Amino acid sequence: MRVLVTGASGLLGGGVARLLVRQGQAVTTFQRRPAGVDGATDLTGSITDDAAVRRAVAGAEGIIHLAAKVSFTGKATEFDAVNVDGTRRLLRAARAAGVQDVVFVSSPSVANSGAAIAGVGAEPADPDRAHGDYSRTKARAELLALAADSPDFRVAAVRPHIVWGPGDTQLVERVLDRARRRRLPLLDDGAALIDTTYVDNAASAIVAALHRMEHIHGRALVVSNGEPRPVGELLAGICAAGGVPAPSWSVPGSLARAAGSLIEVLWTRAGRAGEPPMTRFLAEQLSTAHWFDQRETRRLLDWAPAVSIDEGLARLAGHYRAR
Amino acid sequence: MPSTSAADEPGTVHHWHLLDNGAQLSRRGLSPAGTLLCVHGNPTWSYLWRTLLAAGSRPEQPWRVVAVDQLDMGFSERTGTFRRLADRINDLGDLTDALALDGPVVTVGHDWGGVISLGWALAHPRQLAGVVLTNTAVHQPSGSPIPPALRLALHPAVHRWGTTTSDAFLRVTHSLARPPLAPEVRRAFMAPYAGAGRRGGVGNFVADIPADASHPSFAALNRVAEGLPGLNVPALLLWGPRDPIFSDRYLKDLVGRLPAAKVHRFEGAGHLVAEDRDIAGPVFEWLTGYGGDGTPVGGGTVSAAGAAVPPPAVPSPAVPSIAGDPGTDFTPLWEPLAELAAGPDGRDTAVAEMAADGSVSRSLSWLELEQQIAAVANGLRQAGVRTGSRVSLMVPPGVDLTVVLYACLRLGAVVVVADAGLGTRGLSRAVKGAAPDFLIGIDKALAAASVLGWPGRRISVKDLPAARRRLLAVETSLAALARRGSLPAGTAPVLQDPDPDAPAAVLFTSGSTGPAKGVVYTQRRLAAMRDTVAVTLGIGPGARLVAGFAPFALLGPALGAVSVTPAMDVTAPRTLTARALADAAAAIDATVVFASPAALCNVLATRNGLGQPGRQALERVELLLSAGAPVPEPLLADVQRLLPDASLHTPYGMTEALPVTDISLEQIRTAAADAAAGNMAGAGNGVCVGLPVHSARVAVIPLAADGAAPGNIPVTEPGVTGEILVGAPHVKETYDRLWLTQRESIRTAGWHRTGDVGHFDSAGRLWVEGRLAHVVTAPDAVVTPVGAEQAIERLDGVGLAAVVGVGPSGTQAVVAVVETVPPARRAGPAAPQLAARVREAARMAGASVSAVLVVPSQPTDIRHNAKIDRTRLSRWATAVLAGGRAGRP
Repeated sequence: MRVLVTGASGLLGGGVARLLVRQGQAVTTFQRRPAGVDGATDLTGSITDDAAVRRAVAGAEGIIHLAAKVSFTGKATEFDAVNVDGTRRLLRAARAAGVQDVVFVSSPSVANSGAAIAGVGAEPADPDRAHGDYSRTKARAELLALAADSPDFRVAAVRPHIVWGPGDTQLVERVLDRARRRRLPLLDDGAALIDTTYVDNAASAIVAALHRMEHIHGRALVVSNGEPRPVGELLAGICAAGGVPAPSWSVPGSLARAAGSLIEVLWTRAGRAGEPPMTRFLAEQLSTAHWFDQRETRRLLDWAPAVSIDEGLARLAGHYRAR
Repeated sequence: MPSTSAADEPGTVHHWHLLDNGAQLSRRGLSPAGTLLCVHGNPTWSYLWRTLLAAGSRPEQPWRVVAVDQLDMGFSERTGTFRRLADRINDLGDLTDALALDGPVVTVGHDWGGVISLGWALAHPRQLAGVVLTNTAVHQPSGSPIPPALRLALHPAVHRWGTTTSDAFLRVTHSLARPPLAPEVRRAFMAPYAGAGRRGGVGNFVADIPADASHPSFAALNRVAEGLPGLNVPALLLWGPRDPIFSDRYLKDLVGRLPAAKVHRFEGAGHLVAEDRDIAGPVFEWLTGYGGDGTPVGGGTVSAAGAAVPPPAVPSPAVPSIAGDPGTDFTPLWEPLAELAAGPDGRDTAVAEMAADGSVSRSLSWLELEQQIAAVANGLRQAGVRTGSRVSLMVPPGVDLTVVLYACLRLGAVVVVADAGLGTRGLSRAVKGAAPDFLIGIDKALAAASVLGWPGRRISVKDLPAARRRLLAVETSLAALARRGSLPAGTAPVLQDPDPDAPAAVLFTSGSTGPAKGVVYTQRRLAAMRDTVAVTLGIGPGARLVAGFAPFALLGPALGAVSVTPAMDVTAPRTLTARALADAAAAIDATVVFASPAALCNVLATRNGLGQPGRQALERVELLLSAGAPVPEPLLADVQRLLPDASLHTPYGMTEALPVTDISLEQIRTAAADAAAGNMAGAGNGVCVGLPVHSARVAVIPLAADGAAPGNIPVTEPGVTGEILVGAPHVKETYDRLWLTQRESIRTAGWHRTGDVGHFDSAGRLWVEGRLAHVVTAPDAVVTPVGAEQAIERLDGVGLAAVVGVGPSGTQAVVAVVETVPPARRAGPAAPQLAARVREAARMAGASVSAVLVVPSQPTDIRHNAKIDRTRLSRWATAVLAGGRAGRP
């Protein structure tokens, strides 16, 4: 099967592309920077570029679409351009090129209004209630992707929840960096129960989705390790793996959420580069429950995570020891 | 519809609003089994019965449901007349005539609609097949005032404004819903009563309440009340006890008039019971006869004379009301006692009580005990206690309790034994629910009865000063009754032997999974309990026992055993000291000790206070029994050092079946070794409680993936986890006024479903894994708590552990809540190292734990101080893990 993977320079995209190569598929990768996936044909280009996108989809039978602007801050228009318009552009080109299957890699935050989530499945994406530009634009993109689904152009959405692993800059590096500088508090004692996904499991679930399109097209599925843990324990585990002392001070979650909103505004207004120390989105992620019913996902994908949280933390520790 | 009521001119025609699914049923080709004629009260309307209408319209069990809006009420006509009770009963007849409603009809009523529905029922015996009543009343006991809320509504200064001018009466009534009504439901109840002009009926209804005999509607009400015993059709009473108007005393009155009625009190529900609870389910279950031959209530035949022949009792006789077969031979409970009194040892001590200084404060010989019992029984009879009278006993274990308990049993009165272990609220609920006719109590209990409004005529234990007697509304004392009832020496009391199958006692569950439930025992079943204890544990005449644990202690005289009560606060088992236990043992040269696990803990903690004679007295004990909660092996090992010659037994049972199995310390150790060896099928994962006791059968109904035990076929294969069932002559007769609970508990014919879960091993021993209600349904497995909890509790630095689930059933996250040693200062997530250890221990026991939380102390029940309230813990854990602040569980 000829598969196009967009956004393969990222941790998860690279993992997906490599797994497909190992499975013997003909893989093309497409993103702005070289992906560095051995055995794959690499195309560089932007999802905002019509011609580049048309070139990338040519000849593909299946597409796994991971390219996105992932950030806590930035201009809203940039999120729209990459996440919404980029997805629309890709879908249009794919259909024109006769592609059969598209897996849109999404995020559970597309259906998250900030309330605690305990043991539910994939709720419909809701751009109006999703918090932050990333979630809002991913929600919009997921809706238009699923709306494009038809029997001869099958589209499904897979939403891995909090992906982490060796080489992860989104969560692991941030946690370690801030813990090292003693700037990582626990919110409400770190009791909130959250699901996460070890990167290899997220990759294998996404690849499984491509093989199970007849069962899942038209739908969104949340993917996780199915091992929810109190967030404080996860952070402590990551810190231990990185050889950094675990966070030991706690602030009320309500305070952090309020402070996060304020800092976001000030940070953006001051025109500061990089990521702010706390955002409302981050505060919510770290102080409210997010764990999911995985029964249907596992049944539909005929898939189960191969790497447990404990095993994943051991691999993470190995990664940092080797550095 | 044409009216024939006295309130109207001849020829008057009224417009009625009613809900009727008759036409709809016939359109769908469904032939109803009969008609439910539903009558609302004041100030509701037919909307109240919408769930019955929906249930009756289902094709599986079609019933025509006619729910009327009474005239001047709901959306029916405003007649401009004042309609009294007699008019309203007649109105309903006019309506059913106009509808040509033929039998079988089951009436359903609420509030004053209950009286009207019964008035119709009495006037239409040909059509009538049954009656259903929800919070209503047919009789105001003479001499007792009507409820204060109604007195207020009737007060001339309030009445017109409160009921008609304003919508206060409506709003107050709606506010009685528990839980509160949803806004749309509240609006629906208000809809027909917008504006004073629409509310005349509400005011007139209140004004028509016959507060006393001079009221114009008194005679009509009286006719209904006095007609009830002649009704002769099945009756179902569904009651919400949290009702300031139709309180439990009206339920008691109705039960007295309809003694065969099936009664269910929905603890926590109120006046609008049809809103507070699902009543359609129970009503339709009652209509079919659950698990029986399916003969509906309406299936009764009508004889040529036109009188309804009662249809088969509901539930049908195919469902036994009992679990297990009580033997036919029956030795009354008191017989061994009477024999000993009459025998050569009649002057030997039978019962004794210890004082705090270690001396015997009081004792009676067998002869004296027998005479005291006869005298008190005689006195109670003279005071009005009859066969079937309910007598609440609030007397601590000891000589007085023994005397009055056996006196009541001799009379055929029903003793109600609610203990302080239920907590004040639980105790109050239990006493009110059991509705005793008499309350015999110590000073403290009588004071509580006054404050909390417990029902029953009051009798003190000791003579009280006149002022105190008046204050507590005490009529007499046990001491006075004994004096009055005492017979000349040598005369036998003239007491008829009570029916062995009549109720004899109401005991209460500890309420660890919901409100405490009353459990009814008959004389025969109590006697069977005694026989099981005698045979299984070898206790009989010649045994001398220290009674530190109430339930078994009361059996002492019935077993022919000498009993002594140690100096302790029996309501707080932890107050039993080693010294007090040894003093009691020494006083009678005890062979047997009964003590709860909590009491044993304190005995061990205070063992240094023992002198040499005390040690020696304990060394002579041959048998120790500890029950009420699991007793950990290390505790028993310590106890063994204190009682070196005693065989230590920990029977397993529950209020509904005491005991079910028995196991000794040696057997516990063997079972633990079998579990550790891992080569015996079923050994492990739970608390081993041993083999079934004499005459008991035990089996399980396997658990399904959703954590329920839906099947009906009991199995005993090793390693199969399921709900534990017991059948024995000493299992409870029934739950008290909990018809639905009782039916659920005997769903498997011939068995009592215990609500515990467990399994057998290949040696036939039972292993208890927890409560059915506490089973956790994780995505990959059904997790019973006890096995993982035991594994966690074996870790260093961990005290009591509880495993609970959070999240939706079927995909719950497993959470371990632990006490640490030393205790944590505040509740919250466990430190990562502890969490990892707990998770690993649970994993070895087969449970994948998501989160580990620590608490300073587990919430436990008051009675046993051992049963962890897992339902509460689960709620707390859900809130904490959602990201809230961790308060105390």
